[in-house]
Amino acid sequence: MKKFGFTTAQSRSIDYDKVNTKLIKYIIENESSFSTCISCGACTATCSAGNITHFNIRRLNIQIRLGKYETIKQEIDKCMLCGKCMLVCPRGINTRNVIMLIKKGLTTLDLSD
Amino acid sequence: MIDVLIIGSGIAGLEAACNLYESGKEIFLLEKEKNVGGNVQNWDTLFPDGKNARDIISYYMQEIQARQITTYLNTYVTGIHKCVDGTFEVHTSRDIVFKCKTVLIATGYSLFNAERKEEYGYQIYENVVTSADLEKRFAQQSKNQLPNGKPLHRIAFIHCVGSRDEKSGNHYCSKVCCITAVKQAIKMKQLVPDVEVFCFYMDLRMYGPGFEEKYREAQEKWGIQFIRGRVSEVAETLDKRLQVKAEDTLAARPFKLEVDMLVLMIGMESQASTALFQKSCGLKCADSRFIQPYQHHLDSNATNVKGVFTAGACIGPLSVFDTINHARSAAISVSNFLAE
Repeated sequence: MKKFGFTTAQSRSIDYDKVNTKLIKYIIENESSFSTCISCGACTATCSAGNITHFNIRRLNIQIRLGKYETIKQEIDKCMLCGKCMLVCPRGINTRNVIMLIKKGLTTLDLSD
Repeated sequence: MIDVLIIGSGIAGLEAACNLYESGKEIFLLEKEKNVGGNVQNWDTLFPDGKNARDIISYYMQEIQARQITTYLNTYVTGIHKCVDGTFEVHTSRDIVFKCKTVLIATGYSLFNAERKEEYGYQIYENVVTSADLEKRFAQQSKNQLPNGKPLHRIAFIHCVGSRDEKSGNHYCSKVCCITAVKQAIKMKQLVPDVEVFCFYMDLRMYGPGFEEKYREAQEKWGIQFIRGRVSEVAETLDKRLQVKAEDTLAARPFKLEVDMLVLMIGMESQASTALFQKSCGLKCADSRFIQPYQHHLDSNATNVKGVFTAGACIGPLSVFDTINHARSAAISVSNFLAE
């Protein structure tokens, strides 16, 4: 981004010009409903794994969009695929398929920048 | 032959009827219920200025009576049939066939049945009510306590019940529930000053004049707490309180909250009769099942069927303010059509 009069510490800011979009593109190609998420958090509220761990499925969406894969790798295994998030999602997103695609993408895609 | 047959005598039908009468048209008004006034009869006050809804109804009653507009009550339209000469035959539950030059549909909306969102426990848990129930309680000025006589300490409003929700088949926004929740939350605080009020929302849509100001007043003056998160489910505790489960998405943490009463902000749905009109005269409906206006901006009262017009919320969720304006423009559209 061009400098235009104010600065933000680089470690604090998001650089949308450099975001790694490989995984999000792969998920949306295979499960287009994922692009309709409005971050309402109903999935996280009902999440069985979220009750006992810090797993937050809504936040995964944001992290993937920002290309932050490091934490996802550890997080994703906390999901038990119970599918309660699918039942409550007001946008009708197939969240279970999204989880499967994340797992698959992380192991089969070349996600390097 | 009748110039305009108006289906529905809510505020849209009444407003259009008065205007069409003034322009010298012969009109008939049909109403499926036993009295005129429609949904507004069930409201207490109207946002954003707190106008008494009963004043609106009595205003229209006077206007209609002064003009002696013929109204058929308890009359349900079963079909609209277009004749070869371009006029219409409207069939009703009365075994009367009305012949008319134009039809003005002013059937409004029906309220979402909150029982369909079973996870919120309406009609299962006794202290879960809808926004419409609460409005009736306000209107009856019933004591502001729970039915079992216990005082209210904390209540929560859930936005978007049956709106913006694929699971209930309604992907659209019902528009007025956000500001209604703000209005009702303030009213609760006025009636029970010590009560804690929470609103659970996905997005707040304060689209109309004075709405954002009301939202600000709710925060600033009344201390109402707005939490961004959709409630996933509700459970009843042993003492009949309600445990609400949601994520505070701005804090990124799930939580549970116990409240004494839960208010579901129910949305609007297309009337069942719209499907009958669609079937009998080929009226075009949108994905939302409401009637599709012919042209969104310039001809929002016309439909794909020449001679069939709309007034009010039969084209989609509208506030009282928007409904009255849409009905006035309907009178102009119909008059212009008849003059052709």
